[in-house]
Amino acid sequence: MPTLSEAASRRIMEDAGVAVSPWETATDVKSAQEAAATLGLPVVAKLCGDAIAHKTERGLVRLGLSSQDQVGAAAADLLAAARPEDGEVELLISAMVGGKRELIAGLVRDEQFGPCVMLGLGGILAEAVADVAFRLAPLDRCDALDLIDNLGAQALLGEFRGEPAVDREALADTLLALSRIAGDPKVLSVDLNPLIVVDGQPVAVDALVETT
Amino acid sequence: MTRDLTPLFEPRGVVVTGVSSHPGKFGFVALHNILSCDFPGHVFAVGREEGEVLGHPVLASIGDLPEGGADLLVLCTPVSANEEIVRVAATRGIRAVFCAAGGYSEAGPEGAEAEARLVALADELDLVLAGPNGQGVVSTPAGLCAQIVAPYPPPGRIGVASQSGNFVSAFLNYAGQTGIGISRAVSAGNAAATSVADYLEWYADDNETDVALCYLEGLPDGRAFYERVRDVTRRMPVVVVKGGTTAGGQLAAASHTGSLATDDRIFDGMARQAGLVRAATIESAFETAATFATQPMPSGNRVVVLSTAGGWGVVTADAVTLHPDLALTPLPDDLLADIDRMLPPRWSRNNPVDLAGGETRDTIPELLHLTAAHPEVDAIIQLGIGIQGNTAALTRSGPFHPDHGLERIVDFHERQERRYAEAAAAASDAHDKPVLVASELAVARPDNPMVTAVRESGRLCYASADRAVTALGHLVRYAGCRRDRS
Repeated sequence: MPTLSEAASRRIMEDAGVAVSPWETATDVKSAQEAAATLGLPVVAKLCGDAIAHKTERGLVRLGLSSQDQVGAAAADLLAAARPEDGEVELLISAMVGGKRELIAGLVRDEQFGPCVMLGLGGILAEAVADVAFRLAPLDRCDALDLIDNLGAQALLGEFRGEPAVDREALADTLLALSRIAGDPKVLSVDLNPLIVVDGQPVAVDALVETT
Repeated sequence: MTRDLTPLFEPRGVVVTGVSSHPGKFGFVALHNILSCDFPGHVFAVGREEGEVLGHPVLASIGDLPEGGADLLVLCTPVSANEEIVRVAATRGIRAVFCAAGGYSEAGPEGAEAEARLVALADELDLVLAGPNGQGVVSTPAGLCAQIVAPYPPPGRIGVASQSGNFVSAFLNYAGQTGIGISRAVSAGNAAATSVADYLEWYADDNETDVALCYLEGLPDGRAFYERVRDVTRRMPVVVVKGGTTAGGQLAAASHTGSLATDDRIFDGMARQAGLVRAATIESAFETAATFATQPMPSGNRVVVLSTAGGWGVVTADAVTLHPDLALTPLPDDLLADIDRMLPPRWSRNNPVDLAGGETRDTIPELLHLTAAHPEVDAIIQLGIGIQGNTAALTRSGPFHPDHGLERIVDFHERQERRYAEAAAAASDAHDKPVLVASELAVARPDNPMVTAVRESGRLCYASADRAVTALGHLVRYAGCRRDRS
């Protein structure tokens, strides 16, 4: 199934009301540096295109670029890493947002239960911990809040290492946005991974939409 | 719209096909069970052998069934015969068919075609079709035991619908063991025309049923099931236990009922969202349903643990504390002061209330009533009763009874144990709050007078405090969801 580029995926998320990290697109070194200047350093640079679903595995994500020289070098590298089969590509420059906690959220279509909204613990231990829960779309606000309550690691959602508690209403808004997107039959799946908790607010720093 | 299953569960007459004199055959067993369990309506047998089976005349053909004589047909005949039988039966006034016979979709493509034809025929003739490949249907208000297996359960308020016939039997066996009875029970078999959701919807409207208990393996149309049961759970608690939650179990389920695997976490989320009460095991599912059937709905999650001695109270306090839906509530000051007046100073002075052996003749009944009456207490778990009755049992069977004053003390202990159990039920009834009594004696010594009296009060004596806590947790969670929704 075709995937959309991160830029296209982010637009769909923003339209649905999901908070995503501030971002710009660029086509060359110069426009990448202009974008970085607009967003403020440090930034993240990624190569993005409809045919690129797994950026990290291919080394197409450069984190923590803290000078315009680094932005320029990363932009040049990433453009050079494009392969013919990637088709049309562009650079995506986004603000580097900080938070100690990572969640994942998404939308899947189950063969028996249809569209389901997913919420889980993110980060490098996510797979081993496997703290993930689902609800069937459409969700109402009660369902969304109950989905949050359903996670095992509730302590991670409270105040954590100097960071405020996760804003459950804001997180519920994200889940409700995913639920609304489920109403579009062309959207097969959505992956917001990670959803970083920034000052208690969930912010998607990557988005991948799969369509029919 | 709810499918009307009245002719299946409340038939005025029943006819069984495939009846022969061989006591091992399904037709014989089904007839035997119907005749043996006080079914008040007419019973007809159809078979190839002339004469009588179990003293009951055997009709040579379904065509010999008198018009209007029966409204439920139990098919124990082979696949090849059944369509014709159903067609003729419909002309004699049959309105529901339980197809116990196998050889349908579970047996391969040819069976699947026969099953599709049977479903089409039932639709055409406007018949309720249960099964095929199911063990039968039980309905205690109707005195009906139309199944090819045992047991016939005591009457009660639990309605069972299962995708596995043997778990119907398991639930009915637990009903017999505990005395917490069954209203209706059905093995959905291949659920060709009537699915678990149909049974649940009918149970929700059924005056004889207060809680549904179901075993599920797979849900071919999970979305439709969700949409339907969500409405059922607003009207009646539905306890579910799901098989095939792991890859190994899913493989087994696929060969058992042909059910597709789904991610268990999706099923679990669906269950919570639909308001289903999901139990982890078969035995917990029964105990949870039994709790819904016999305890009042709590108005909150504040639990007080009453114990005659320390250890029980400690582990139960742990279990309540760890339970996400329950709270071990601090003992309210006025209740503490009241208890203080009843007990010597060594009692625990907190929740769990540990009497530390300080009770006198009336302490336990009074404590139960005081605690149940308190507005800041939503539920009680009573532990540590039955011990004196257990001691009395040894005393009674020993060589010194009834001399040495033993007869009197044994009688006293046995009377007291009964009194405690009756007080637990009375406190629950008087204050409309759950009061759960737990003791290993429930299984270790079911003849203990406390255990017997709990049973006679119509309640479940939980085999351990942990099991009581699990059941109470489900009750509290369901009650909370129902409040949130309304």
